Amino acid sequence: MVRARDLFATVMLSGIYGLLSASFFILMDAADVAFTEAAVGAGIFPLLMLTVLTSVGRYEAERRRVRYLPLFVMVVLAGALFAAVLQMPPFGAVDAPSHGHVAQRYIQDSPAEIGIPNMVTSVLASYRGFDTLGEVVVIFTAAVGVVVILLGGRPKTPQQSTQALMAEHKVLRVVGKMLIPLILLFGLYVQFHGEYGPGGGFQAGVIFAVGIILYAMLFGLSNAQRVVPLGVLRWLVALGVLIYGSVGLANLVVGGEYLNYSMLASDPVTGQHIGIILIELGVGITVASAMVLIFFAFTRATRSRDELEE
Amino acid sequence: MLSHLAVLQVVVPLLAAPTCLILERARAAWLFACLACLLSLGISIALFMQVEASGPISYALGGWEAPWGIEYRIDALSSFVLLLINLVAAAVIIGANSSLTAELPEPRHSPFYVLFLLCFAGLQGIVATGDAFNVFVFLEISSLATYALVALGRDRRALFAAYQYLIVGTIGATFYLIGIGFLYSLTGTLNMADMAQLLPGLEEQRLVAAAFAFVVIGIAMKLALFPLHGWLPDAYSQAPSMATAFLAASATKVALYLFIRMYFEVLGQDAVNALFPVGKLFLLLGAIAVILASLAAIRQNNVKRVFALSSVGQIGYLVIGVGLGNALGLQAALLHLFNHGLIKAALFIAVAAVVCRVGGSRLEDFRGLGRAMPWTMGGMVIGALSLIGVPLTAGFVSKWYLVLAAMESGLWPLVALVLIGSFIALFYVWRIVEVAYFQPRDGAAVSEAPLMLLLPLWAMALANLYFGIDTSLTVGGSEQAVNFLMGSRP
Repeated sequence: MVRARDLFATVMLSGIYGLLSASFFILMDAADVAFTEAAVGAGIFPLLMLTVLTSVGRYEAERRRVRYLPLFVMVVLAGALFAAVLQMPPFGAVDAPSHGHVAQRYIQDSPAEIGIPNMVTSVLASYRGFDTLGEVVVIFTAAVGVVVILLGGRPKTPQQSTQALMAEHKVLRVVGKMLIPLILLFGLYVQFHGEYGPGGGFQAGVIFAVGIILYAMLFGLSNAQRVVPLGVLRWLVALGVLIYGSVGLANLVVGGEYLNYSMLASDPVTGQHIGIILIELGVGITVASAMVLIFFAFTRATRSRDELEE
Repeated sequence: MLSHLAVLQVVVPLLAAPTCLILERARAAWLFACLACLLSLGISIALFMQVEASGPISYALGGWEAPWGIEYRIDALSSFVLLLINLVAAAVIIGANSSLTAELPEPRHSPFYVLFLLCFAGLQGIVATGDAFNVFVFLEISSLATYALVALGRDRRALFAAYQYLIVGTIGATFYLIGIGFLYSLTGTLNMADMAQLLPGLEEQRLVAAAFAFVVIGIAMKLALFPLHGWLPDAYSQAPSMATAFLAASATKVALYLFIRMYFEVLGQDAVNALFPVGKLFLLLGAIAVILASLAAIRQNNVKRVFALSSVGQIGYLVIGVGLGNALGLQAALLHLFNHGLIKAALFIAVAAVVCRVGGSRLEDFRGLGRAMPWTMGGMVIGALSLIGVPLTAGFVSKWYLVLAAMESGLWPLVALVLIGSFIALFYVWRIVEVAYFQPRDGAAVSEAPLMLLLPLWAMALANLYFGIDTSLTVGGSEQAVNFLMGSRP
């Protein structure tokens, strides 16, 4: 990846790298992390990078020289990292502090306290639910930032119809038509199955967004924007955060702490269920619309520059 | 609701941001943002008084007690810093509408407010939380919002400045995350107080050392500590003026807060210094920053850059206070954190007022403004006097404590350094004053800045005078914070 001068190859290699790390995570029994890495690292990241390449060109403009100071810093850093990692408890060690202290309660008590089989979801959505709210806001911030920088504030759906990126590929269009409903359906499955298996709002949002982005690539931006206009996306990306945040506020009203879902129903475990389903919905909405928004912003920015040059 | 103030402090601006995006119209978004910031200011005042009266507040998010859940912890230190951020944010948001009208096209206004609120919420989240990983999440929120705010600047160079800052900031945040990852593998907890209890007596010294190093370097990058300050002058001079006013007064201060929190409370000053001489290193780097950045500030032609480089120098004073390692030094650092926040808010709002009327912030743009914009320049001069450290201003108080702390440690060269630094500050401030008051203005007449910019400017300027005369709040607040920090790890 570092040596490649062809940026297209770099992007493809990073996609492969994402897929490989996902496999590593599977081997380490971290199915949720693997799922996220597969959806983000091997899915949406190369897609967005390819869109960037359409505006910056495929090849590096300048040949790089080796710079010795950064190289030296990197070597020292890598050395320090290796020296440190060697002292970390071995993988899977029973007596590792990270298994003994806080994690123990998550493993032993979460079935009784939260009542869902996927402990990762329990930790993410309830025990550390405020971190997850923060992560959703990070994605929201990124989307707002990208849109304002590339589109200059208020996005408007263009009137003229534009040619699709891959309009001439008949086979792709037919296969795409068959696959897109399945992708969207799978996204919904991942969304609502997050309590029981690997998955949840983040992965579902990304998968859902990939379905729409695929549609935009095959059938043209204006068609895709007729399905999801930019104004609606802007609204949705905020809505997801607000849903998540309002669940927290609702908890305050009924007398619990912020994001303490137990008060939402007479039975604490049912309350946890309701809370988790609602906040995961918020996560899914914001992530999906943020990804689509970022993709649209990139394509629109490229498009308008091409028009200027013509 | 009173018992939930700790979390509402962060949640109010955090949820106001998406609401502003939905409101879409610039004026509505601005009014809503003002409302959120004033509400948040009220909360921070209430929290400050509550902590002063009855000690630290602990709030279990999600109802899960620490260390299993995330804890919000408002103690003397965090309530002091929260108060500063809120004062500055309220001042900046009130003036933002007038300044933005002159600087940015209308469709970019409401995204500005969204990003401003996100940055504000992120910074407050870092200060309010007692959880080391939660810090990282809010660090990301505030950093991403900051990059976008800088990129909003009207010059194309703003994009490059934002990109530079993005690279450095991301490396810094990643370093912090790696450090926290190591600490988690050592202790099995992410809660700061819990971590502080488990860290001493660990055997894996190499891993502990690496964790400390990554956390310290990561925060130092965010702090713009010399020589990791390269991003700051460009970012501050290219961002929209009001964004600069907010960032200069709060972002590096929060980074310093985080450093103080990790260094004194979590990692332990003695434990860190047993592995690396961080204290001595900070004294050295701080001293170099004061001299070099102040000298560089003299040569600048853009007033925003002058003040940005002066910020790098002032950060030098802050880390010197921390590096001294005694109670008085830490108190000087906290005092200067607060006072310098007020100083830079006043100065950059004044610059925003000038940009609003004249259209630029180069030195020649200031010609004759002493007569044309007497109120704006008056406010700026008060801020500048405080920056130099003239008696009866806030800046004097913090430098006085720094000098006392240096004398207590017997480090006379540092006393000289503070004096030399103030002298150089006098130099670069005088260049601006001279141009504004003693050079005639040619060309079109300039009118005084709009009232909505003068109000926050004078609020900050008067705060600089007030805290220079009545120091009970700042000295008392910082003293409580020092007692708390030094008491927790004798």
